[in-house]
Amino acid sequence: MANGSGSVLFEGVRRLGAVTIFLGQLLAQCLPALARPRLVVHQIYNTGARSLIIIMLSGLFVGMVLGLQGYDLLQRFGSEEALGSAAALGLLKELGPVVTALLFAGRAGTALTSEIGLMRATDQLTAMEIMAVDPLRYVAAPRFLGGVIAMPLLAGIFSVIGLYGAQLIGVALMGVDRGVFWSQMQDAVSMRNVTEGLVKSLVFGIACSLIAVHEGYHAEPTAAGVGLATTRTVVASSVIVLLLDYVLTAGFLQR
Amino acid sequence: MVIDVRDAYYAVGGRAIFSGLDLKVRRGHITAVMGPSGTGKTTLLRLITGQITADRGQVLAFGQDMATLSSAEVYGVRRRLGMLFQNGALLTDMDVFENVAFPVREHTDLPEPLIRRLVLTKLQAVGLRGAADLMPGELSGGMARRVALARAIVMDPEVLIYDEPFVGLDPISLGVILRLIKHMNSALGITSIVVSHDVKELASIADDSYLLAAGRIAASGTPAELRASDSAAVRQFMTGAAEGPVAFHYPAPDYATQLLAADE
Repeated sequence: MANGSGSVLFEGVRRLGAVTIFLGQLLAQCLPALARPRLVVHQIYNTGARSLIIIMLSGLFVGMVLGLQGYDLLQRFGSEEALGSAAALGLLKELGPVVTALLFAGRAGTALTSEIGLMRATDQLTAMEIMAVDPLRYVAAPRFLGGVIAMPLLAGIFSVIGLYGAQLIGVALMGVDRGVFWSQMQDAVSMRNVTEGLVKSLVFGIACSLIAVHEGYHAEPTAAGVGLATTRTVVASSVIVLLLDYVLTAGFLQR
Repeated sequence: MVIDVRDAYYAVGGRAIFSGLDLKVRRGHITAVMGPSGTGKTTLLRLITGQITADRGQVLAFGQDMATLSSAEVYGVRRRLGMLFQNGALLTDMDVFENVAFPVREHTDLPEPLIRRLVLTKLQAVGLRGAADLMPGELSGGMARRVALARAIVMDPEVLIYDEPFVGLDPISLGVILRLIKHMNSALGITSIVVSHDVKELASIADDSYLLAAGRIAASGTPAELRASDSAAVRQFMTGAAEGPVAFHYPAPDYATQLLAADE
């Protein structure tokens, strides 16, 4: 038993070390990758623009649910006019960054892992190395940067659409005054709240993109290996996002 | 000597792949490396190209010990090499033209018209100028390998390495690849290393041949010398005999006993 938990701990530390070293290698290649913006822009399109539909749909439904639940809770205390501020704070600080990151891991993260893993399995990365082209610079770094840049943009879009969904339910369905809804929101939301959401989505972007690219880059070059790496991307990204969310929330509340 | 492998040892997970391997590739020659499956032919190419380093011994490429080079220096050596992969290893998100242009765009600042002319020249050499706009998924296995060959020669390498270039090819494609290898060598003066187990094809083009077995060179010389070898292992490989020192069957318990046990 002790041996089992010891080896799990050892494996966990080993993987953390491997990911940290990979992050260092990746960061060293980010500047050269930025010198060729075409590759990075293409990846922002791949990870960001192609995730827009799922992000917008999810944002709308999450906002609508927030409108329903928020109204139900607040009207018990006669505070239904606070629905705008509750929805805005919930979306900007928490739901926007977290749900976007979870959706990103499921859509863009898995796509990144399987794409890079298949490139590994079909010798494309080795071919680049033989052609004296560093695949870390050409393949991994642009995809990492694309994910890091796309995540805050997606989280912002998620929150805006979510607010529209909450307003749709709160104002159009439940009868909260439109002016009160928006003015309460303006009063409650400060730049600090926006920054909190932005920082969270940036950190989640780094974590999710790093995990996706790392798993793909080190996937076993077989069909099963790529499948396993893709699964690991979703599981690891989801757990890390929730863990980091707690750490960041606690940090922001202490300030 | 372009490539010089001296007394190389290499093991994976405690299992020795090479134990005292010696191999020399002469400039301007076609060198064939043959051997049964699983004898480490592809691993040898990984040693030569610096993807892995020998546990002991030396691998010299253009006189430089690959184990002592920095990664930038290894890339410098690789820019003098070209390699044709078994499956082509074409970049699947680019069309044929862009695949061939890829190393040129990465390593030079040539103007677009010159890149276009260079790529079309190489595609013409492999007979696929008309396929420039196709995606890798639209190519047959033989065509993919010819595109990969065009990509491998686009930077005019000094050494061209072919990893199992004849596997799975129809007779026409095989003949085309065979002629291309010979042509690259005689017309462009490119040193060639061909790793394969296709004895007949290699014998028709190789200047020097090495037979790899049990982690070392079992025999070397011209293809004719290998065919005339007294060694039972060499004769078995060159004639493709099932019986001989190299066992066809993987070690297993007694056949009859195992079948009877399955019945029970």
